[in-house]
Amino acid sequence: MPPPFPQHLLANHLVGFLGSALLLSSFAMLAQRRMTSLVRIFALQGILLTLSTLAVAILSSESHLLFSALFTLAFKVVLLPAILFRLLDKLHIQGEVESLVNVPSTMVLGLGIVVFSFTLAAPISELASTVSKGLIGVGLASLLLSFLMMITRRKALTQVLGFLGMENALFFSAINATYGMPMVVELGVAFDVLVGTFVFGIFFFQIRETFESLDLKHMDTTSME
Amino acid sequence: MDVSPLSLRSGFFLEGAQLLLAIIGAPLLAGWIGLCRALLSNRSPAGILQPWRDLLRLFRKETLLPEGTSFLFRAVPYLVFAALASSTLFIPFLGTDPPLAPVADAVVLVGLFSLARMMMAFGAMDAGTPFGDLGGRREMMVGFLAEPATLMILFTASLWSHSTSLPAIIHSLLDASDKFHPSLLFALLAFILVFLAENGRLPIDNPATHLELTMIHEAMILEYSGPLLAMMEWASQLKLILYLLIGADFFFPAGLPKVLSAGALAGGLLLLSLKLLVAGGTLAVIETLLAKLRIFRVPEFTALAYLLATMGFLIHFVLEV
Repeated sequence: MPPPFPQHLLANHLVGFLGSALLLSSFAMLAQRRMTSLVRIFALQGILLTLSTLAVAILSSESHLLFSALFTLAFKVVLLPAILFRLLDKLHIQGEVESLVNVPSTMVLGLGIVVFSFTLAAPISELASTVSKGLIGVGLASLLLSFLMMITRRKALTQVLGFLGMENALFFSAINATYGMPMVVELGVAFDVLVGTFVFGIFFFQIRETFESLDLKHMDTTSME
Repeated sequence: MDVSPLSLRSGFFLEGAQLLLAIIGAPLLAGWIGLCRALLSNRSPAGILQPWRDLLRLFRKETLLPEGTSFLFRAVPYLVFAALASSTLFIPFLGTDPPLAPVADAVVLVGLFSLARMMMAFGAMDAGTPFGDLGGRREMMVGFLAEPATLMILFTASLWSHSTSLPAIIHSLLDASDKFHPSLLFALLAFILVFLAENGRLPIDNPATHLELTMIHEAMILEYSGPLLAMMEWASQLKLILYLLIGADFFFPAGLPKVLSAGALAGGLLLLSLKLLVAGGTLAVIETLLAKLRIFRVPEFTALAYLLATMGFLIHFVLEV
């Protein structure tokens, strides 16, 4: 088997390190109890994503990835966290994240997910020809971890953060598997996510007005009536 | 088992020096941590020699045994101390190949630490007081939660050498010291958490308090006095320095002398004491910044340590093979 990173050593190590830090930030989101810290970790994940996109861009000398990194910085580090913080402020959310499954069990479940996705991604990595193909498994794992967060958390806002985390992970996987999607698609997705967050924001106010709570279990009971 | 390149005499000199240095240095390190903590919280420090003064004062006192205790109560301090002191022979920290290191690998070392912990809990329960019982039970709970993470860290570090023998691990890490290992970074984070939990440091147990409801370590040694208490205190200081020495071996092995010459040994010792001073200072900063966790949050803390260690283990196969 050829070594996964044949080119400059330092940049290779950097890509590997940033990938593992991204996976760690997904776990941190899963373990976090405070809402504001959750948004902060999301912003941190954006920074890690920007840096790893930059590192892959330099390693592979694909210039369009530089623009992707720039978009990531603008959208996921500055714009989206700013909107989310404003939402938290307006909705007066400060409290703790409520979960259906307790944190240690979620962690162990998450560990199982990591094993599963690393195993699943191993044959895919063999087929890919990018410089950072070893990281496809990392992308898949953080995707499924964000999915787990959407499943196990109760409040509407944590679900949105899980959704945004999934988008981050998808972007990361795309970059490491095929050097990203065409620029038009990436831009479209970025704007979709942005508009989605706006819509969610409006939606939150509607949910709270109707049910006087952002807890999703109220929505289950109304659908039964 | 490979044959050690050292001659018998220099080998045993090395072992003797390791034993003496660890045993004499442990209270000094505790003093250094106390000094840093005092400075960080704006108190006037008692000096680096304070733990030694405390130990000598305790050794001069007479031994008082609580009523109704068995021989176990008396034997425990010596057993705990012996288990930890013998570990100093197996951890390479002055040179890479102490001749007795092949006797015990990393797993045996974890076993020795567990033995010491179990003995301490026995001693605490033997007196039959509620506090001793409570402390012993809590200590066993923390230990049982932290042990899987400890083992995962050891296994992560042994992935390169394909062996759990400490000298083999250190040689493989020294040979590849120009490479950056993301998996070791995860293992280091996990190690810090395990270190705090196993040694009763601040987020898990406050070493400087006798508050009934929160103490763990202090509750266990509440019935001990005089020389027996001194042995217990000394043993826990020894455990702290042993953990730091293992950490230095795994994560910062640079500068560990491979050959046994006076110059190399002196340089290695200087570097080692520098590493220990930095580690002690870092511990003081961590302890100053953190508040004690509720006891029921401890499983979460150790679950995080286990998670980080296992992630390091998995990431080795994805990124570093």
